[in-house]
Amino acid sequence: MTIFTSIPKKLEEVLEARAPLASRRDFLKTSGLIVVSVGAVAASVSPLVSAVGGNGAEGQGTGPYPDPDFRQLDSWIVIHGDNTATFYVGKTDCGQGTGTAFRQMMADELDIGYDSTSLVMGSTDVTPDQGGSGGSDAIQRDGWPMRRVAAEARRVLLELASERLGAPVEELLVNEAVVTLKANPSRQVTYADLIGGQRFDVSLMGRNVNETTGVAEVKPVEALRIVGQSPMRYDIPPKVDGSLTWAVDMTLPGMVHARNIKPPIAGGRLRSVDESSVENLPGFIRVVRKGNYLAVVCEREEQAITAARRLKADWEKPSSAPFPTSEELFSYMRAATPTSKFEPDPTGDPEAALAGAATVIEAEYDVPFQGHTAFGPAHALADPSDGQMTIYSNDMKSYGMRVGIAEFLGMPRDRVRVVWMEGPQAYGRTAADDAGFEAAFLAKEIGRPVRLQWMRDEETAWDTKGTAFTFALRGGLDVQGNLVAFEYNAQAADHNHVGYNEVETVLVSQLMGTRLETPNSGRAATPSAMYTIPNLREATQVVSLPMVWETPLRTGNLRDPNGPQVTFASESFIDELAAAGNVDPVAFRLGLLTASTDDDSGFKRARSIAVIRAAAEAYGWDTRPSPKARGEGIVVSGRGIAYAYRSETVVAEIAEVEVNRDTGHVWVKRLVCAHDCGLVINPEGLRRTIECGMLHSLSRTLHEEVQFDNEKVTSVNWRSHPSLLHADTPAVIDVVLVNGDPNPGRSDLPPYGAGETVCKPLIAAVANAIFDATGVRLRRIPFRDERVLAELTAGAV
Amino acid sequence: MSEQEGPTARSVKGARSMSEVTLTVNGVTHTVDVDPVTPLLYVLRNDLGLKGPRFGCGLGQCGACTVIIDGVATRSCMTRIARVQGAITTLEGLAKDGELHPVQQAWIDEQVPQCGFCQNGQILTAKALLDQNPNPTDTEIREGMSGALCRCMTYYRIQAAIKRVVGVMASGQSASVEEGVK
Repeated sequence: MTIFTSIPKKLEEVLEARAPLASRRDFLKTSGLIVVSVGAVAASVSPLVSAVGGNGAEGQGTGPYPDPDFRQLDSWIVIHGDNTATFYVGKTDCGQGTGTAFRQMMADELDIGYDSTSLVMGSTDVTPDQGGSGGSDAIQRDGWPMRRVAAEARRVLLELASERLGAPVEELLVNEAVVTLKANPSRQVTYADLIGGQRFDVSLMGRNVNETTGVAEVKPVEALRIVGQSPMRYDIPPKVDGSLTWAVDMTLPGMVHARNIKPPIAGGRLRSVDESSVENLPGFIRVVRKGNYLAVVCEREEQAITAARRLKADWEKPSSAPFPTSEELFSYMRAATPTSKFEPDPTGDPEAALAGAATVIEAEYDVPFQGHTAFGPAHALADPSDGQMTIYSNDMKSYGMRVGIAEFLGMPRDRVRVVWMEGPQAYGRTAADDAGFEAAFLAKEIGRPVRLQWMRDEETAWDTKGTAFTFALRGGLDVQGNLVAFEYNAQAADHNHVGYNEVETVLVSQLMGTRLETPNSGRAATPSAMYTIPNLREATQVVSLPMVWETPLRTGNLRDPNGPQVTFASESFIDELAAAGNVDPVAFRLGLLTASTDDDSGFKRARSIAVIRAAAEAYGWDTRPSPKARGEGIVVSGRGIAYAYRSETVVAEIAEVEVNRDTGHVWVKRLVCAHDCGLVINPEGLRRTIECGMLHSLSRTLHEEVQFDNEKVTSVNWRSHPSLLHADTPAVIDVVLVNGDPNPGRSDLPPYGAGETVCKPLIAAVANAIFDATGVRLRRIPFRDERVLAELTAGAV
Repeated sequence: MSEQEGPTARSVKGARSMSEVTLTVNGVTHTVDVDPVTPLLYVLRNDLGLKGPRFGCGLGQCGACTVIIDGVATRSCMTRIARVQGAITTLEGLAKDGELHPVQQAWIDEQVPQCGFCQNGQILTAKALLDQNPNPTDTEIREGMSGALCRCMTYYRIQAAIKRVVGVMASGQSASVEEGVK
């Protein structure tokens, strides 16, 4: 069943026309099983009632799109007359297969075949607000309310079956949506017989959507049958045969096309626009301007592109440079006065320990801005008809976009909806999506549906950026080569980090002059490792570039924000310390992990040890210090390991590289990942997400850097902001799903998040492998050929 | 800076004459009335309602807009409609008689896509590659596919899927679902 390719229907349209059976409702009440004791926290009306009556919540009036009520079972699950089920969840699937995993979890709890289910995601008027996606926490956090509501639906269905079959629930079996009398299997009733096409009318509990629950408990892991299997992703066939309607494909009658005109110089002020430069072009409709936001609207798409390129506008240069050049970035950052600092009390006495150490080493690491550079530029279609606003968008956080756009346009929230549809890779870019805001603004201005899409140079130059970092590290070893002190100083160019579709943080409203009173402080993270280091200082600070608003160097959440940068520095430096002590890199890390025995409830230390051992075993790691004795050939090889955790998920990765000494070219020939995210819902889906996440970090390792001069970003396409290519692909990627629970008293770990964790260690694993192969330590990404060759030459390799 | 020019940059300013252009797409002949300098991509998408080819860069650098014209994988974002000669095949036209092309089937069996937005270019580039070279080496696959970008980085599975197609075509058997999720 695949219904996600079309616009999801409201519950009324999905259900049959018949009214709910009064007898069933009465039965539930009299049996005491319906949950009506939710008191003040319960919504008193169903979403269907509130659609006409309103429920008094902020922003809720008489509009057509009231918030779906998460405390109503009907908001989550519909049983159809053909004994199939549709699940409604407030998440979005950015291509990692979370939708398939949600179906598996909910089908398991409901006791219905996976193939008899379908899923609707992320459309704000029909699915409860679970925030959309982000943070790799869909399975870890949002899967629980989904499982509980499915379990509750199963419980209610069994009660109905009990009445229908005249037998207590304990005497019933349920399998594949058919309830059978244990003692007499010929007596059975289907879910469709019991409730097909009708509402449950069952209230749920919970202070917020994450706590949503009925009274039923979820199944123990041993009882799960679909979880742990690998059904194929339902969204892949329509993506492969061309039948899927993506957000970019949406059309409406009367639709027109828009394109933006961005300031040619960052911080430029729009003085005037010469409309006569485009008004005679075919299909021209209007130039729309507000502040420094400028767009042109035409009948046809190619006409809008032409008009946007032809439009003559007079921009005033800012009085001072908006930012240093990308070549000057790191020296600028090191000299800048921090906008915020975080320096918690150290563990032990790092200064004294360093002073007394037998060996002290220091190093600085640099990470430039890196782009999201989505494969398809930002886009949306907005429909302003009938006093409402519908935005068709691939925004991963559709709910935030709805609230943001309602505020942006001054419309009541219940007159605005966002219909989430599939789109190009998200990875945080669409956590702050500009195109939806722009399309909605233009649609309101024009009074017709407006489809807007950014151009490639616009997307690459003006999308949100992954934060640039500088690091300064010091470490001390005692005479036995033990790590006795570690000092970590990180600086992030992250001042005014954008948020999640808040009006003040999207670029279009900044261009229109909107300012937050206090810019977001941003963040510079610390390493995520379970190492025990007796004397440890971890200080972080955030710095600002001169231009804070309307800047193409605004930072946003790029897949595991900060993690790849921080782990590049920290896990490379751990490797430097291991080499300084002449200790094998795996043994050095295991020594730091086994130096203590305290652990958290997720057994993160024990599982860290397990993934490092598993990765080393899968790779066939030979124990020896790095670097290895270098060969005399043109191409030399080596291996490196790095490890990190994110939330409760732990990973260790090993890279094997070949380095060409004549050209500086690095090929990562093999990757190994040992991965522990607790209970695995769909192992094959997980494997692919791990592979692709590692390769995304490999692209950042080898290729990606945003370059800019004193006026503008000069990385504007796939030549000037290159990306990983087919030719860079490793010959072998081995993924080991460890998922070991060291506690013999428990049969399983809960499911944790997957996706972003694997992005963390990859850069360091490659850097460590290059060091192993060449003896040269690379401390600044990307490892493009010319940079590597220069370092090899400097190191006389 | 030709990259920064619009699709109609070389035409004279002002209203231009539309003209009728006849195209054969997926075996069906269409006549459209458009400016002859319009890139093929926009005609396929906006006049013919096709969803396979899509805009990625408009510069011929990424492959999102790929179509096959007389056996050659072609960037429709850079191809002016007036210059199109030959039969066009898009992603929608690969399947025959309700049966997916072996490349498409391998993509499903190998569970290749993440977001999937680039896969039009990947599938059509692979199809054209295999039509010209039914038994490519690993190096030929890596080099032959390199113009097709993927930002979800599904390259490893794409290459596995292409090898799967080669194996299937060599053995004359269809790939089993079980092999896809080993």
